[in-house]
Amino acid sequence: MNWLFNTLWSSIGKKLFMALTGLCFCGFLTTHLIGNLTLYAGKDAFNSYAEHLHSLGPIIPIAEMGLLLLFVIHVLTGLTLFYKNFRARPTRYAVNKNAGGRTIASFTMPYTGVILFSFILFHLLQLHFIDKTGTTIYEIVSDTFSQKSNVAIYCIVMIFVGLHVSHGFWSAFQTLGADHVKYTPFIKKLSLLLSIIFGVGFGLIPIYISSIL
Amino acid sequence: MTNSETKKDINLTLKVWRQKGPDVKGKLETYQAKNISTDMSFLEMIDVVNEDLILEGKDPIAFDHDCREGICGMCGCVVDGRAHGPEQGTTLCQLHMRHFSNNDVVVVEPWRSRAFKVIKDLVVDRSPLDKLIQAGGFISANVGGAPDANAIPIPHDTAELSMDAAACIGCGACVASCPNASAMLFVGAKISQLALLPQGKPEAAKRAISMVKTMDELGFGNCTNEAECEADCPKEISITNIARLNREFLKAGLFSTVAK
Repeated sequence: MNWLFNTLWSSIGKKLFMALTGLCFCGFLTTHLIGNLTLYAGKDAFNSYAEHLHSLGPIIPIAEMGLLLLFVIHVLTGLTLFYKNFRARPTRYAVNKNAGGRTIASFTMPYTGVILFSFILFHLLQLHFIDKTGTTIYEIVSDTFSQKSNVAIYCIVMIFVGLHVSHGFWSAFQTLGADHVKYTPFIKKLSLLLSIIFGVGFGLIPIYISSIL
Repeated sequence: MTNSETKKDINLTLKVWRQKGPDVKGKLETYQAKNISTDMSFLEMIDVVNEDLILEGKDPIAFDHDCREGICGMCGCVVDGRAHGPEQGTTLCQLHMRHFSNNDVVVVEPWRSRAFKVIKDLVVDRSPLDKLIQAGGFISANVGGAPDANAIPIPHDTAELSMDAAACIGCGACVASCPNASAMLFVGAKISQLALLPQGKPEAAKRAISMVKTMDELGFGNCTNEAECEADCPKEISITNIARLNREFLKAGLFSTVAK
């Protein structure tokens, strides 16, 4: 099994982990957004969506464990690669100039990543790991967004989500070697579209909730 | 009419990285480049500055160069933050001074990477690229009479793709311009050049595994798909070659019979 370790532990192997876990998160964000859209249908629709989810039995804790594992892999591998890349250039340039390849999204990947890491902890502590007896999930959400500071934090972080996804999604395909003259231009457009959908889709929810309170 | 009165001459202020040896601390030093003809190449401009330095009894600026035709891959410095300077698809020896304006301040630095040690001033040790070639950038074939042309049918498009990758002159600009000092465009080009052709296929898996292993050991960074290398490559080699490297490596590591 040495071959497996050597392959996965190599530079490209680590990138493979980033790509696969990142794509899984894109899948998760899609279902999370679809579920959250029930908020627009009102209190009952959202509460019943949450109830349905929790009535699925062991699937939910298993999925949560899976997400946690993906999260740990994505964060640890990302930090390892960031450290190795930093070490690869001990003396920095006096003058740095963009040659035309870098974008705001690609350049800020490690930083938006760290922001998203902190936000996910904050988000889970605020809406997931709390006492839910005698209340409904809709009340928790509307309580949260009754504070303007929370609305601002969520909206700003969703811009970072969009940036992270816009570079991450197509990058994952490039890392997997899934590059093709016919499909790559489409994947790059899809990457941009997906980042806008996530950014706007999630970002409008706090604004909507706070506006109807 | 003296030389300085001709319209085509410019004066520049250079800030050049000076470093006496690999283990000595270096720093940027300022020089005046006077009466530089805009028909000169960047390297010829440094030649002029060096002539003045020699006349003053000072140590001339050390820099790598050879063919000065843009094909050998010996020259290269980072000029104002761009590998091989501001022009697209050009080596430093083919960068002409007409792209600069009178009284410009130009910062000249060596390639920066853990893998490339500064030997002196702007000269870096690029032997890690040779080590990568030794690790797998070749094919093994019995010598003998030259084979007939077209004995092996290769579609024109495939041959062109391979040739696009083979245009790599090994200058190291991809490493220098990569925000992570990664050599994946160089390795990607070498892997692609050989893997695309039938002659390179028998050793493709062994080559991919061995070259990536060596690349990691030499301390190069990891690609983050920013495409700065493609933008600064004097031969404009595409990052699709990095995708092919990833594909070839994962295929070799996970599915080939090469066990290493």
